[in-house]
Order: sequence, then structure tokens, then C-alpha cells
Amino acid sequence: MFRESPILRWRNYNDRYRLKGYKCTKCGKTYFEKKGLCECGTIDYEEMDFSGKGKIVSFTEIHSGPEAFAEMAPYCIAIIDLEEGARITGQVVDCKYSELKIGLNVEAVLRKFYKSGEKGIIHYGTKFIPKF
Amino acid sequence: MKVGVIGIGITKFGERWNESLRDLLLDAQLRALNDSKIAPEQIDALFTGNMCADSLSGQLHVGAIAAENLNINKPSIRVEGACASGALAIRQGIQAIESGSAEIVMVNGVEKMTDVSTEQATTALMGAGDEELEGFNGLTFPGLYALLAKAYMTKYPKLNRELLAEVSVKNHFHGARNDYAQFRSEIDIDTVINSAMVADPLTLFDCSPITDGAATIILANEKVSKKMNTDVYVTGSGLANDSLSLARRKTLTAIPAGKIAAEQAYKQSGILSQHVDFAEVHDCFSIAEIMAVEALGFAKEGEAYKLYQNKDTYFDGKQPINTSGGLKACGHPIGATGIKQAIEATVQLRGEAKNRQVKNAEVGVTHNVGGSGATVAVHVFRKIR
Repeated sequence: MFRESPILRWRNYNDRYRLKGYKCTKCGKTYFEKKGLCECGTIDYEEMDFSGKGKIVSFTEIHSGPEAFAEMAPYCIAIIDLEEGARITGQVVDCKYSELKIGLNVEAVLRKFYKSGEKGIIHYGTKFIPKF
Repeated sequence: MKVGVIGIGITKFGERWNESLRDLLLDAQLRALNDSKIAPEQIDALFTGNMCADSLSGQLHVGAIAAENLNINKPSIRVEGACASGALAIRQGIQAIESGSAEIVMVNGVEKMTDVSTEQATTALMGAGDEELEGFNGLTFPGLYALLAKAYMTKYPKLNRELLAEVSVKNHFHGARNDYAQFRSEIDIDTVINSAMVADPLTLFDCSPITDGAATIILANEKVSKKMNTDVYVTGSGLANDSLSLARRKTLTAIPAGKIAAEQAYKQSGILSQHVDFAEVHDCFSIAEIMAVEALGFAKEGEAYKLYQNKDTYFDGKQPINTSGGLKACGHPIGATGIKQAIEATVQLRGEAKNRQVKNAEVGVTHNVGGSGATVAVHVFRKIR
């Protein structure tokens, strides 16, 4: 239902298409997507650009996906530490699952995510490819 | 704190094609009333744990159904905290009694999950994770716990594939001994390892099933409990939260909120982890039970594998875990799970667990997790004569 909404994701386009982040002006901690209070307790962020480079912290291969992703399965998802410090969740594509390991370097790419039903819009966002 | 458990009622868990959300809830409520020997009018308030009635049945306002079922105009509230909804409802019930606003409280949990396809249920359940940061990427609940499993088993390789499978094998062993369990058959390690991959390294038999079911407990203050001759009391309640998404957690090899909630509940109850005779923990996935056992202090981080190596977690072992069959074998009707855990604790403390009875059971703990660890509630149950 909500995944068919054409406007639900609109507010995140800037972050997802351009891989923008938020940096705490007090302690310097970085986040992908807006957060409430920073770990240091303040709420003063400046926008920043991530390089898109990072390392895999953990990963899995999904064999049974939710509605919008079911026909894409199996697909790989990883938790990635970006070079600038923020931790992000994303699909890892253009590789075999058996090639993935913790510590592997990856790089961000803009890719199609899913289509909102038959008449809906196509959602895009950031995925990652391995850099062997 | 001393809040008595004066009644328990549970439906058979499983694929209950013939029963609706309302039917299941009523069945559990009537069984609990019958067990407690109280009349509906004696109930001062009702709390009902439920996660998905809106997305799976198009039905909100479950609190009203709970009161309507019993024909009473009492305060009745639905409580939602993803898979921890049941334990959160219990905590609300305890607090209503502790505040003095209620003497007797009915706490229900219910979930009707098999009316939709697996894909639809998977989508609904992912609502317990972070939709923007995780769901949008196609992440699923098995996927979240697979990410935890991969991180944990890489850091602590002594928990190998076979020992992880022991969690499900043991839970099926217990489920085979519980009349209300969804799965009543024993399995072996090969069944787990060779079943279909869901999210690597978790296979189908590492995952709790989709289940219909309801459960009800009736709580009362000390005065009423004494009059009713109960000797089962809740003596500690802990609740802690953490970030919704895994990526914003401090660690991927433990669930920190579980440890915080356990410490609160133990402290309130005046006990230490070594005093716990048995525990019902949130094994939505096999790796979750490993992390729960460590959060509750039965093993240090990275060392829970030893308990499974030595088969200590069976009902007659040194540290019995999930004698009900756990979420894996007993089934996981989301909102009802936390209540079912409390019922198993009560059954054990009453000495009514028959062929899965823990010997000399005096102290039991329940551990109910919401999401991938964003909410964890821990309760201590004691036998007090």
C-alpha cells in the first residue's frame, strides 16, 4: 500500500540520489538520512557529500523478499561503513554472493529499486558494487 | 513489586483457518476467565498486545474488541511495540495495578496472520524495522537477523552452523511436548541445515513461522492474589529501547537493549542471573536465542555456544530455555508471543508442565524483543507461597 505512494519517498530524493549526509556541527559524527538528536546530544547538522566509498561490516543474501522485491530475489544486502564514518544499509550488486566478505571495499552506484505497481513511478536509490 | 498471575488462557497456535482475530481473542479470554474463576465485571482494565491487525485484517481498534467480547464497558487499550507488543501490554497491566487504578487487569495478545500471502506478511512484519533505512532496500526480518548472525559468527566462529541449528532442534523437542504448539514434531540438525535458504546463513528452520493465535493472562494486586491463593507473581519488569535500524546500533554482535532490560528486571526482583531456573526468550530466529541467552547473563558474549554444545538448554538441563517450544516450534502470533511466554512461566511455576516440567522451578524469566532489538522487555516471575 504505502510502497505504491508516489510521494512517500520524495522527501528522501536528495539523500538517496546524490548520497548526501548530515554531519553534526559539534562532534563531527556523520549520518545517512536525518536523525533526531546526535549521540553527543545536540541537533545541529550540516549537509555533506559522501564519497560513496566504504567497507562491508556484515552481509546476507535474501532468498524470500517482500512484495515489491520478491521477483528480484535472491539479492545481496550489506551494512557498510562509509569512508566518512556513517553506517548505511544497501544492496550489493554486479557480483556473486560468494565473492562477498566482511571488510570488502565497495563503491556507491545509482540504481533502480522497484516500481510502484503497474501505473506507479519507478523508485531509484543507492546500491553498492564491490571494488576487488 | 508483587503482581499476581491469577488466570491464564491460550488458544492452540497454528494455521487457524476457521477462526478470525475476534474468535481467537475471545477463546483465550474465556479460557483465562475460567482458569481464574473471576467474572468479567471484576476486571478493572484490559490491555491487548497486537502488531498487525490493521495491515493483515484491516482492523484497528482491537482494544474495543477485547472489551466487547466480554460485554464490559471497562478501559481497554491496544498496545503496540512490534513483536514485543505482548510484553508491553503486560507491563501496562502491571503499572495499572501498581498505580492503584486497577485491582484486576486482563492482558491479552492476539495475531491473525494466515489470511494473507507470505509476501504480504513479510511486508507487514518489516514494519518492525526501519522502513526508510532498511525496508526501502528490500531488507526483510530474516535478513536483519541474518546480518546479525553473519557479524556474530564471523567474530565468534565457535558458534558454527551445527550449534546454531541446535537452537531449533531443542525448541522443536520442547514443542513436541506442548499441546498448544504449532509444530509438534522433533527434528534433527540436518533438517535445519538442509532446509530452504531464507536469508544466508538462516534457513527456513532457523526462522519462526507465521502463526494465528491468542493468549490471555489475568493479573491482580497482592491483596486479591492472596485471596485467590495464587503463588505465581511478577516481581520485576524491565524495558529498554535502541535505534530502529541495525546500522545505527553500537554493536552487531549483541542486542544491548536486552541486557539493560534484564538488569532492570533482576534488580527490581532482587535476583541475579544465576538464580534464574528457566527462561522463555525471543527466538524469532535461531541467532536471536543465542543473543538472548547472553543478554540475560547465562553466558558471556560469544560463549552461548557452550550451552548448546552441552545440551544445557533442554527442560532437564542446567539452563532450560524455551520449554514452550519457543517462537520457533510453539509459533509466533506476534502480539500473543509475549503473553504466551508469561503463560509458560506460570505453568512451569505451578508445576503443571507435565513432560517438559523444569524440576524445582522457582524463578522464571521472559524476554520479548521488538524488531531487531529496538525494544526489549524482560519480566521476572517467581513462586511465592
